[in-house]
Amino acid sequence: MKKIQLTAWQNKLLSGLLTILAATLISFVLIRLMPGDFLELRASELVQQQGLPYATAYKIASTQYQYDPSVPVWQQFFNYLSGLLQGNLGTSMTLRIPVSTVIWQALPWTLFLSVISLALSFSMGISLGILAAWYRRKRWFEALVNGLSVFSQAIPDFLIGLLLLVFLGVRLRWFPLRGAYDISTDPGFNLPFLLSALQHAILPALAFTLASVGGWILAMRAAALQVLSEDYIQVARAKGLKQRRIFVRYLARNAIMPPVNALAIAFASMISGSIFVEWMFAYPGIGYFFGYAIGNRDFTLLQGILLVATVTMVLANMVADAIATWIDPRIDSGLGK
Amino acid sequence: MSAFKHSLQLLRQNVFWEVLRHNRRAALGLFLLLGFACMATVGPLLFQLETRSDYLLRFQAPSWAHWLGTDYAGRDTLAQLVHGSRDIITIAFSSALITLLLALLVGTLAGLLGGRLDQWLMRIIDIFLTLPRFPIMAIMAGLFSIQDPFSFGFVLALFYWPGLARGIRSQILTLRSKDFIEICQLMALPLRHVIFAELMPNIVPYLAINFINVARDAIVASVGIMLLGIVPLSASNWGMMLNLAATQTGAIYVPEAYPYLLAPIACIVLFQFALMAFAGGLEEFFDPRLRG
Repeated sequence: MKKIQLTAWQNKLLSGLLTILAATLISFVLIRLMPGDFLELRASELVQQQGLPYATAYKIASTQYQYDPSVPVWQQFFNYLSGLLQGNLGTSMTLRIPVSTVIWQALPWTLFLSVISLALSFSMGISLGILAAWYRRKRWFEALVNGLSVFSQAIPDFLIGLLLLVFLGVRLRWFPLRGAYDISTDPGFNLPFLLSALQHAILPALAFTLASVGGWILAMRAAALQVLSEDYIQVARAKGLKQRRIFVRYLARNAIMPPVNALAIAFASMISGSIFVEWMFAYPGIGYFFGYAIGNRDFTLLQGILLVATVTMVLANMVADAIATWIDPRIDSGLGK
Repeated sequence: MSAFKHSLQLLRQNVFWEVLRHNRRAALGLFLLLGFACMATVGPLLFQLETRSDYLLRFQAPSWAHWLGTDYAGRDTLAQLVHGSRDIITIAFSSALITLLLALLVGTLAGLLGGRLDQWLMRIIDIFLTLPRFPIMAIMAGLFSIQDPFSFGFVLALFYWPGLARGIRSQILTLRSKDFIEICQLMALPLRHVIFAELMPNIVPYLAINFINVARDAIVASVGIMLLGIVPLSASNWGMMLNLAATQTGAIYVPEAYPYLLAPIACIVLFQFALMAFAGGLEEFFDPRLRG
């Protein structure tokens, strides 16, 4: 038998597909473990609301939830998969609108929040990290950066969020407490709406930023210290190059690689890691609807969000590999060629 | 030399105290950890948990009778805090322990046996690591109506072992190619000896530090999940206290209730800090190059 040898690229693709399949399987099993017959429940609701005969109502309920207990389980799974491939995520059990609609409405808010907080925490962490390595003999500066990174790592984002909510929101009334924008504004591309959206995003974004900046600081400082111990830095110093030039062209350029590599994954994990903070601020992103779906046992919505989060993670992993190969050709992942 | 003996020898050489003496942060961490241990073991005997509610006494500011004030039902905050430490510590350590055992088993098997098995184990681990962890943990915690901290720890551990298993595997792979293991093989020493007397002692530091890291992650995840209000843990613990204070009883709008709201937050942050600081000290203890 000929042994099949996969290239690195094919291997990654296979792993990604298997991961997505695993997530689908988990959510498929999940909906069947749910206590109570939600089909009967929905069907009798339809009978009452629209006066349909029970059999018809049951059928409608079964298509809405993509769940038909009369066929064998493997066929149920197959039907569910083929529905997914056609972009059909089913109907939300409690919101009564297609799951894909909910996700399309929520995704921009989560992306907005993620981009702001990632930009803030990355730029802050990178600058402080590299400066902490460069000025490592300045005691006060090191103590300051150390203190910040320890604090940042000791407190989870949702607890920072809670503190910000209580003191800057409730007590000082500087920022709104919940939601993504003021409902009196008109959603669209106009100044009042954009300003209100920004104002609503500040506290949750600050919570994410303060909680993750420590990680970036440590990563960047470690990378910078590593670069500083390299011979070429010694050579540059011996040649009498300007400090500024060494810092920018020699140190920063090389040290920024590892953190940049981690960026894609950090971005993707915000899609699923934002549950608690979004929930705390009732910020209508993916995480908030996940919390909602769990609280209200809306299993179709839960399935949809889980799937979207998984696909994002898989894609981000591939992007991260591609970026790694692109900025450092010595890493041969088989991607980016 | 077994890992245990090695650690004992380091203890005998006073390395431990040496590290603690000049690493103040680690010393503080250990002190805090001991404090929390007392809180969870002896504390509940000293502070009686009130079950009766008295709404006239709700959200009282700290006083001599109630050192940290009272909650939304007029019960003593400090007593709840002390009793609540038990669940959190149990969750943290049970999930860390289960993670460690699973990861050790899978990681060692994959690293030692290699081949087809290794490939498949790594693929499964990759899948686990790419799955969105928080959502699935939350779903499982909610679905299985977890009632006790041990099961909660177990659910969390299901998603923590893969990362550690991969780490252990690469540690084993590095060690395997070292000279002393080759010598063992040349001397035809039994596999049991190679695993338990040669390999394991060398990964003990890695295990100890990751044990603490998993415990830290488990605390964050469990408190977050409890904050969502989907785990019906009935006993008072820090996560449930926060859930009640932040989302259900309006304590965030009452300035007198701040001690009730802030106390669990402070405890969680201190506990996280203590674990982090102690892990830093452990790293120094195990790695002579880090000791000045």
